[in-house]
Amino acid sequence: MSLTLYGTEFQSRLLLGTAQYPSPKILQDSIAVSACDIITVSVRRESSREKTGQHFWRLLQETQTHILPNTAGCRTAKEAITTAQMARELFSTDWIKLEVIGNDDNLQPNVFALVEAAQELISQGFKVFPYTTDDIVVGERLLEVGCEALMPWGSPIGSGRGLQNPFALETMRAYFPDTPLIVDAGIGLPSHAAAAMQLGFDAVLLNTAIAKSGNPVNMAKAFALAIEAGRMSFLSDPIEQRDMAAPSTPVAGTPFWLDTP
Amino acid sequence: MQIILNGKTISTEQTTLEALLAEQGYSNCSVATAVNEAFIAKKEYANTRLNADCVIEVVAPMQGG
Repeated sequence: MSLTLYGTEFQSRLLLGTAQYPSPKILQDSIAVSACDIITVSVRRESSREKTGQHFWRLLQETQTHILPNTAGCRTAKEAITTAQMARELFSTDWIKLEVIGNDDNLQPNVFALVEAAQELISQGFKVFPYTTDDIVVGERLLEVGCEALMPWGSPIGSGRGLQNPFALETMRAYFPDTPLIVDAGIGLPSHAAAAMQLGFDAVLLNTAIAKSGNPVNMAKAFALAIEAGRMSFLSDPIEQRDMAAPSTPVAGTPFWLDTP
Repeated sequence: MQIILNGKTISTEQTTLEALLAEQGYSNCSVATAVNEAFIAKKEYANTRLNADCVIEVVAPMQGG
């Protein structure tokens, strides 16, 4: 049941964002109860007076999880590349969740700049996790430039709308059978995460659905269970849907039934 | 001279990135930097000369999704 990303094995298939929690303690408890192995983080301007980043850095080190920095908020390939370089030095990792935003309203990725940035970062030794759409041609290009995983959106970031186009995601799964696919963004409910896993996706990355819920720690556990359930379902060869009913209880021997015309 | 540090214009007489970071209170902090949108590695701080109007970013770990 383990997940392999860029040659490293992980037990959990939940990748957890670290933003928007009510408190650092609730973040830490959510990470612990979800048993996630990978958390996403970012970089932002540091005030030399408040030094908030230094406090967060100490908290991160206590979690003992694998850190996946992002380039959230970047709007050009150049911004994303420089942000990734700064993140590599800060977090001592060559992993980068590559985001290049193309639209302010739906935070849709700019896939052209995404491919450009991915190609450059991979040439510099980065292991790139691209936040992309469910477009398989873009996926092909990202794999061609050296990405070893794809992270299509379920729906717009923070929207909680779940999988807006399950058919496209299913197509993507079929088209890239050997590539780790992670649904990233738009998940609102554990059932959404389970649905992604039931489609055969390898993992789910989410943040807002847990952090902004009424009880993040319980919700973190709910998502961990849903993702595990979805994965087990996918591996258990679910039944085909039918248009007509089919009795599950044997018909033969039904009381009061007469075998006459 | 005047430079832009994290989006704000400041005055400084420091001529290297290393000296500026010390002056601004970033010594012993886990930060990363860019000058004029180009990443500057820690080992280059002392050799990175600052010019008037240069734009400097100093970033640190932050929560993210």
